[in-house]
Amino acid sequence: MEEVDVEPSTTLIPSAGFHRKHLGFEWGPGDLLVYETNYKLQGSPFVHIVRRDEDICSPILRKLFNESHLIFVGLQKIKEDIPSKNKKSQFVSISKNYRSVIRACMEELQQNAGKRSHDTHHVSILLAIELIWNLCEVLFIDTAPAGSLLLHLLDWVRLHKSDVDARAREVLQSDSPAQHQSYWDVVISLVLQGRTDEARQVLSKQASLREESSSVFKSMDGLLQTMPIFNPTGTQTLTEFEVKWRHWHEECDRCLQENTFASNRHLETICKILVGDEDTLLEQKELLSTWYHFLVTRLLFTHPTIKPPDLHYYAQSSMNMFLGPRASPEPLDIILLSAFEFDLHQVIKDCSIALNNWWFVAHLTDLLDHCKLLQSHNLHFGSNLREFLVLEYASGLFTHHSLWQLAVDYFDHCPEFGRVYLELQIERVPLDTERKAIKVLRICEDRQMSEQVRSICKIMAKRALRNNRLGSALSWSIRAKDAAFATLISERFLQDYSNKGSFTDLDLLDNLGPAMLLSDRLTFLGKYREFHRLYGEKRFSEAARLLLSLMTAKIAPRSLWMTLLTDALPLLEQKEVIFSVDQTYELMSCLEELNSGTKDSNLTDQDEDIESTKTELLRLALARNLTMAIVKEGTIET
Amino acid sequence: MFVARSIAADHKDLIHDVSYDFHGRRMATCSSDQSMKVWDKGGNAEWNCTASWKTHSGSVWRVTWAHPEFGQVLASCSFDRTAIVWEEIVGESNDKQRGQSHWIKRTTLVDSRTSVTDVKFAPKHMGLMLTTCSADGVVRIYEAPDVMNLSQWSLQHEISSKLSCSCISWNPSSSRAHAPMIAVGSDDSNVTYGGKVQIYEYNEVTRKYAKAETLMTVTDAVHDIAFAPNLGRSFHVLAIATKDVRIFKLVPLRKDSSSSAPTKFEVQVLAQFDSHNSQVWRVSWNITSTLLASSGDDGCVRLWKANYMDNWKCTGILKGDGSPVSGQPGALSGILGSATAQIIAQKH
Repeated sequence: MEEVDVEPSTTLIPSAGFHRKHLGFEWGPGDLLVYETNYKLQGSPFVHIVRRDEDICSPILRKLFNESHLIFVGLQKIKEDIPSKNKKSQFVSISKNYRSVIRACMEELQQNAGKRSHDTHHVSILLAIELIWNLCEVLFIDTAPAGSLLLHLLDWVRLHKSDVDARAREVLQSDSPAQHQSYWDVVISLVLQGRTDEARQVLSKQASLREESSSVFKSMDGLLQTMPIFNPTGTQTLTEFEVKWRHWHEECDRCLQENTFASNRHLETICKILVGDEDTLLEQKELLSTWYHFLVTRLLFTHPTIKPPDLHYYAQSSMNMFLGPRASPEPLDIILLSAFEFDLHQVIKDCSIALNNWWFVAHLTDLLDHCKLLQSHNLHFGSNLREFLVLEYASGLFTHHSLWQLAVDYFDHCPEFGRVYLELQIERVPLDTERKAIKVLRICEDRQMSEQVRSICKIMAKRALRNNRLGSALSWSIRAKDAAFATLISERFLQDYSNKGSFTDLDLLDNLGPAMLLSDRLTFLGKYREFHRLYGEKRFSEAARLLLSLMTAKIAPRSLWMTLLTDALPLLEQKEVIFSVDQTYELMSCLEELNSGTKDSNLTDQDEDIESTKTELLRLALARNLTMAIVKEGTIET
Repeated sequence: MFVARSIAADHKDLIHDVSYDFHGRRMATCSSDQSMKVWDKGGNAEWNCTASWKTHSGSVWRVTWAHPEFGQVLASCSFDRTAIVWEEIVGESNDKQRGQSHWIKRTTLVDSRTSVTDVKFAPKHMGLMLTTCSADGVVRIYEAPDVMNLSQWSLQHEISSKLSCSCISWNPSSSRAHAPMIAVGSDDSNVTYGGKVQIYEYNEVTRKYAKAETLMTVTDAVHDIAFAPNLGRSFHVLAIATKDVRIFKLVPLRKDSSSSAPTKFEVQVLAQFDSHNSQVWRVSWNITSTLLASSGDDGCVRLWKANYMDNWKCTGILKGDGSPVSGQPGALSGILGSATAQIIAQKH
């Protein structure tokens, strides 16, 4: 398979390259930073940001992306086990959905036209896209057989040459239609599109005027009325239709030979058209305006039972005849020709090159792949092609601040590389707000992307910590399951507590639940807060038990034991005995353990004094409590 | 097919390097004027300079961001033989209002005896590790054991590559199947010394970096080197900027994980482009490794892409239009790209 070598396009960057130096660069999200420098020595103070000129920014096009995303997702969900006949009609309707979305977008852009020159450019691109898509639908998805094929092609042409209706209306609504300067143009245009009934209607305006020529008009009316149109749902077979059509064709020819319409050159022209005279058809270039209109009209009047495989011959010759020797085909013409030749791959390739955005080729190829068309054309890399294009499109979406969410679904439906592309790109979504971060997280969590989840939570935790929002930092660390960071933040909480005497973020600390177990320090923090809460609620015995367990279960770090023992003081000095004998013994042993440890040499004399005073106070309180507890436990309640 | 916008960077001399942060919202530039600047992207997509300070006592060659998991951290390297780690400090409220932030020096790495030509952070799954390479051919790998304390770094490995080094690149793959791997490029212009790209791999058994491969076919000076993001492939892709653009495929040959010998690779050339027709100075991959950009003596940046058949082609060229710098610093000129290669200038 030959690769068409297309020259890469060159983009000039303004105010750069003045000193003919080097261009340095760096990749960014969806753009490239370019700066002048000189790797050998000597630059300009300017940095240039270069971005692919993609159509993501227009708000109207964004609607196109949003709505086509819904259709795409719906398409992926179509089950494999539906019988193929039903599937075909589903695919056709999906194709029509896509096209209606394109049309809606086009109409909206047209309404806004004039406000932005960019929009008119987009309108013409969308027109071309819809034209190509429609033809692909007719030829590849709907796969009409001979007979119906021509009817569908006629519809296609009529849809894309809408000015005929406007002109017809203008003529019919004028005071004397038959005298209107466009009158005959309208009649001929209608005939060229095979709209015989409407042509007759317009012709009747003429006929009523001149009595003497009425017989001529009656003959033409007769020809137009008897033109056979294939009815696919009818009982008539294709062969029967063909016979009937041949008879009619001969009748038209006979009229020509007998010079029936010699008195009126317009009617003569129309008769020649009906006979399918190529030269006459070519004379109508202006009314036909495109070679593919010429093609379809030509087929209508010479081979209405054209079979799909024979189409390409007529297409090529029609294009050559219409364009003539000097004009060269435009990219659009080449694409349509490739479609008529049923060369899907060429259509996709040429569209990829011609268009600025992957939207069209990605969605069309995806649909064609679902119709199993890429395989049937012996493209063994068919599904690779589909995935390649969808990945390209989705990657482009990812750089947009809100459209990136659509891209996720596209990646989900790329079995080979979708996941890894998503992993790489979702990490880079800027986490501007907590809400956005949570959105990103949910996407990762749904897909079990645990490393990305951890990373995002860690980034948010670190950011919160930098801004001294301890509660936020803690909840992010818990979500990241980052024990080390949770420990660090818990330490900060405790530091804050010893500096200020109260806890911040009580809501969070009170509702840690099983997350508390993430790190020892965190567990301590949670339990310590619980102790304070119990104390505040005057549930002293529970508080006492908790406090003791913090030390004996070694949950509390040694450095904080003094604080905890000091917290025990008010409990010891209550009128009522709270700590039991056993508990008091335990507290005493904790105190002794603390004091038997190596003295902290950093303490000043003043600090040492305070420490020893505290110890004395505690010893005293503990001893008193012990006394009362022994008495209490020894007393028999009567 | 591209649109360009300009920002006046206000450096007093040549800009040597720019680096986007991980999310593409911040940018750092470094220059021969010995200073660095940090830029933040505002809500309206405008870039504002939020910090500008003198960093070294010589030209600053490269600047790079650490992964945001480690906070807001930058590293720079310079002709003055040092590499420095910087951390952003959350400023006073009036600073924030003025849109300014402060960066403070956390550590200066002074081990090199010659100009430090490149500085890169290792992939984040390896922890907070910084790598430098110098003109005297030594590659140094440092680690900050406590990520909360950026002033403590220990020199973990010193690799003597015997040739003057110009660039390094870590293999970003975090797959357990691949041991940490670093490629080192040399700008030594003596072609008789052979392979100017060396690949070192960490060995779990010896706990050291050992040379796994030398690309003998690269005999000219190498100016830049870049591993492509891995995408779950079993092989590695490496781009090299030398007298042309070259893309290598390194396929690891199976080895015993308890072996103390480095992995053997099968080396293939995926592509070689001489379109720059001159020395190529920079190569860099986009995030998904679908596009490679290169910049050369011809003053152009070229973009390379592989199609679904793995054929590489040039898909775009960027070059200066040769017009002088406009008089207004900070003025923006908008350019519209169109489907053809012609650019129509439009003033905002």
